[in-house]
Amino acid sequence: MLTNIIGSLSLIVWLPIVFGMLVLVVGGEGRERISRWIALLGSVLGALVVIPLWLRFDRTEATFQFVEFSPWIDIFNINYHLGIDGISLILILLNVVTTIFVVVAGWEVITKRVSHYNAAFLILSGMINGVFCSLDAMLFYVFFEATLIPMFLIIGVWGGPNRVYAAVKFFLYTLAGSLLTLVALIYLYRTSGGSFSILDFYATSIPQSAQVLIFLALFAAFAVKIPMWPVHTWLPDAHVEAPTGGSVVLAAVMLKLGGYGFLRLSLPIVPDAANELAPYVIGLSLIAIVYIGFVALIQRDMKKLIAYSSISHMGFVTLGIFIFNTEGMQGAVIQMVSHGFISAALFLCVGVLYDRLHSREIADYGGVVNSMPIFAALFLVFAMANAGLPGTSGFVGEFLVIMGAMATNFWFAFAAAMTLILGAAYTLWMYKRVIFGNVGSEKVARLKDVNVREFTMLFVLALVVIGVGLYPKPFTDVIGVSVSTILDLASVTKN
Amino acid sequence: MTSMNLYLIAALSPLLGALLAGFFGRQIGRSGAHTVTILGVTVSLLASLIVFRDVLDGHVFNGAVYTWALVGNVNFEVGFLIDRLSALMMIVVTSVSLMVHIYTIGYMKEDPGYQRFFSYISLFTFAMLMLVMSNNFLQLFFGWEAVGLVSYLLIGFWYKKESAIYANLKAFLVNRVGDFGFLLGIALVLHYAGSLDYAAVFAQNENLATQQIELFNGVGWSLVTVICICLFVGAMGKSAQFPLHVWLPDSMEGPTPISALIHAATMVTAGIFMVARMSPLFEYSEAALSFVLIIGSITALFMGLLGLVQNDIKRVVAYSTLSQLGYMTVALGVSAYSAAMFHLMTHAFFKALLFLAAGSVIIGMHHQQDMRYMGGLRRKMPITWLVSLIGSLALIGFPFLSGFYSKDSIIESVHFSTIPGSGFAYIAVLIGVFITALYSFRMYFLVFEGEYRGGSGSAQHDQSEHKNHEPHESPRVVWMPLVVLAVLSVFSGAISIEPILFGGYFDGVIFVLTSHDVVGQFGEHFHGWLAMGLHGFQTLPFWLALAGVVVAWFIFLYSPRARASLSVFAPIRRLLEEKYFLDKLNEWCFASGSRSLGNLLWRIGDQKVIDGLLVNGSAKLVGKLGLFLRRMQTGFISHYAFVMILGAFALVTIWLFGK
Repeated sequence: MLTNIIGSLSLIVWLPIVFGMLVLVVGGEGRERISRWIALLGSVLGALVVIPLWLRFDRTEATFQFVEFSPWIDIFNINYHLGIDGISLILILLNVVTTIFVVVAGWEVITKRVSHYNAAFLILSGMINGVFCSLDAMLFYVFFEATLIPMFLIIGVWGGPNRVYAAVKFFLYTLAGSLLTLVALIYLYRTSGGSFSILDFYATSIPQSAQVLIFLALFAAFAVKIPMWPVHTWLPDAHVEAPTGGSVVLAAVMLKLGGYGFLRLSLPIVPDAANELAPYVIGLSLIAIVYIGFVALIQRDMKKLIAYSSISHMGFVTLGIFIFNTEGMQGAVIQMVSHGFISAALFLCVGVLYDRLHSREIADYGGVVNSMPIFAALFLVFAMANAGLPGTSGFVGEFLVIMGAMATNFWFAFAAAMTLILGAAYTLWMYKRVIFGNVGSEKVARLKDVNVREFTMLFVLALVVIGVGLYPKPFTDVIGVSVSTILDLASVTKN
Repeated sequence: MTSMNLYLIAALSPLLGALLAGFFGRQIGRSGAHTVTILGVTVSLLASLIVFRDVLDGHVFNGAVYTWALVGNVNFEVGFLIDRLSALMMIVVTSVSLMVHIYTIGYMKEDPGYQRFFSYISLFTFAMLMLVMSNNFLQLFFGWEAVGLVSYLLIGFWYKKESAIYANLKAFLVNRVGDFGFLLGIALVLHYAGSLDYAAVFAQNENLATQQIELFNGVGWSLVTVICICLFVGAMGKSAQFPLHVWLPDSMEGPTPISALIHAATMVTAGIFMVARMSPLFEYSEAALSFVLIIGSITALFMGLLGLVQNDIKRVVAYSTLSQLGYMTVALGVSAYSAAMFHLMTHAFFKALLFLAAGSVIIGMHHQQDMRYMGGLRRKMPITWLVSLIGSLALIGFPFLSGFYSKDSIIESVHFSTIPGSGFAYIAVLIGVFITALYSFRMYFLVFEGEYRGGSGSAQHDQSEHKNHEPHESPRVVWMPLVVLAVLSVFSGAISIEPILFGGYFDGVIFVLTSHDVVGQFGEHFHGWLAMGLHGFQTLPFWLALAGVVVAWFIFLYSPRARASLSVFAPIRRLLEEKYFLDKLNEWCFASGSRSLGNLLWRIGDQKVIDGLLVNGSAKLVGKLGLFLRRMQTGFISHYAFVMILGAFALVTIWLFGK
């Protein structure tokens, strides 16, 4: 077996990267076809190697599994230390599946620098897996920062007319946030007695004042990444300029790095500060849910609308994490996964329209159902999922978080539940203006319905969204023990 | 066959039909689509009848189908609670649904979306069954939202019609406002009872009743009151109670069969069913009951008044539905849950009948819905005329017809009630009887009596080839279901009043505190359906209804001059035509208001403050700083030497004085 030579986690981290390199080497001008097929093979293999992990993962075990350890930079005691819990596993699954969709989504659409495009996504996919697997803080940091590079290129090279502004804004915004993280990690290295192991950080006691500073330093990185109000303004710009695939990965996976960071680092390492500052984080989350809901309502650009909707949905993730109870935190993790699928699907839907009409303006459409009935039906599934309709995955996370919020405070639940109205309002109003009504223009009347490639992508996603909505138990089972472990760590005082 | 399989067959066979008609509509064709869906609903009806026989034998089932999710200590399940309440609802839902399915074959004959329509109504039947068969709050909410989804799809069925897609969005959003409250109620239940299973929650009702919840600093509220009001807000959305009723009249933009099935007989009664199901909670909160009672009374009276000024035949029936839902809610408010369920059942039959008959008129009139262009249809559409008359008489509570028994039971229950607000409610339901008769027979006289007034005018579907055609009776497939429903509208009240209200049908299912037992008090005066019917001719409601019919006859049939003199009521008429200005208020306050707020937050908050000032502002600051530093690097040795000398002087000065 391959996994006897190389660890199974290393495999899922490096396999996409190796395939990315391969695409770069083999592909090139005039060899688009072969580079597409290699990329597809790489992404499918990357997903297949996760299956044994999913099956062998022990759902009752509280410690990290499939651990790999080998020294990397001895003088600073930095190690190549990998291991996953249920939360990592479920996010890895999301990432590898998304990668397949991204490769397929760019199939006929991307004609410029095809091999570079696919390579960027494959390498990005491996790096994101790396973030989810790292148990060494430096390794985590390296992967975390490295993901910026491919995404910067994806927006900057294949993006829309204003791509340079968006790419630079994206890069500086998130880099500024994460530089403080590095400072915090170095401080932790010193207090923990010379270790960068995240597990050692868990056991290190830290005075309260230092905890607050560390929390804020980590918060700067993760709050920008996820993003939370008021550091969210990079996201709509990045989405609008990014190519469809870029938007898909950004929304589906990259935002989750922020949520994952809170769960993996902030809460267990500085639990007292997290508890002390939780009310502020909850406040920001609720502002995100309500404020951004209103902002989404009046967007004229479909991608911007979905981007704002993402921010609002990420408000549920931070809310769920910082109310410190099982329902809330499980809801937050499920919300991350579900939002991954739904936002990916919505961006793909916008991509389908954009490829045909080269416009993302809602006003340019209208009556699309007349010429694209199958597309309209699939789009409706995702619109309803985005509005949190029960029976879709969108409901599960929101429901659990609202249930959890009620245990903390009635008014938290009250504000969070506003999304029932706002989410339906902005999503379905957009849907109405794009899909229903009289045919908007001559061009709309001539639209062709989805082709086999598009149909397959959207149909599979629809099945996933409905499947998770009707039977989320496999997912809640995978994360159950991990969530309670984090809650335990977060409830122990360390100063 | 185990009972679980039977329940699954009852629930899933409409789903199967819906999936087949929906996904393979093109392959199986029109007749294939209606065959599979009708077959599915028929199987479901038969299964429901077996279930009904089962529960009459005292059989109760409460069990899980599968575990939805396991979170912490809470087990979220999908499961069935089959008792007499759910069995009754199953019969009502599947029987009306079957009639509507058959009727649709005729009604939608020429529609290009034929298969899609059958798929939707079967899907609706499935969702509604899941709602009523649920044994927990979670699945209740699933069904609750799923019927809302299908309602959204069906109101917007004709998706090119601007008014239809406006109405379906409005319906969904107004319902979401209700669901917002409902979900908060569910969250409270989960937090305080630790479970969403009905049985587990109801077992703790007395415990919940003694707890307080602090919503604002220092003010304690009874927990069970807050829970019940939150849950009832959900019912206000779904069952269209004031002020969340605004979506229902607009929902008439959908095809008529679904107006009958969803917006009259079944879905809109989900709220009534829910409150009846939650009787073990509501009974412990007099404040919540009082709230329910007052909302119901307002709806019963003021929505009926709106029916007086409508010219669209479907809208008259729609306002009548609102008013009747108000009656059911009033019954809930006085703890007469069984009377509410009884009226729910009879209303399902006669209101479905009235809607489908209105649809038959609309077909006969070639898609003309305006009553001002009808008249004299009695002779042209004899069957439709007869069943409409039966439906109208049942609606106004003519003795011996089904509506009489159920409505009189409600009025009598209110009479005996001591819940705060019951005095107002009693007056409201009595005036409501007069109003009901007035608008019902205004409609009846305008449509069926008098002279035929042409049919053309501003026909909505201006189909020129039909323009000069005379009204004609509808085909058999349309009128057959009408006849079945008419029979049910006549007899269902008389045969079931005794078992349902006084025979202990709902014993152990619906919980009523002894001090609230108004139905029991009413029962002391009850001596069988025959005596009640005969006595009905001497009661105040009968004379009020008769007065309504006579006034309607006088104004709308006998004396056109009287009608002209109504102009003195012009201001009131305006108020009614504008629906108390509630639509305008909503449009202005909520729709435009939230768009303005969104614009404000976006343009000022996001673009000016965050992006303009903070993000790009800090970028500019860095830029300016860079510019300043760049200007320092002039490249002239003399400048650098000068600065060095200045620096040396400064250092020496500091050194000297620092000593």
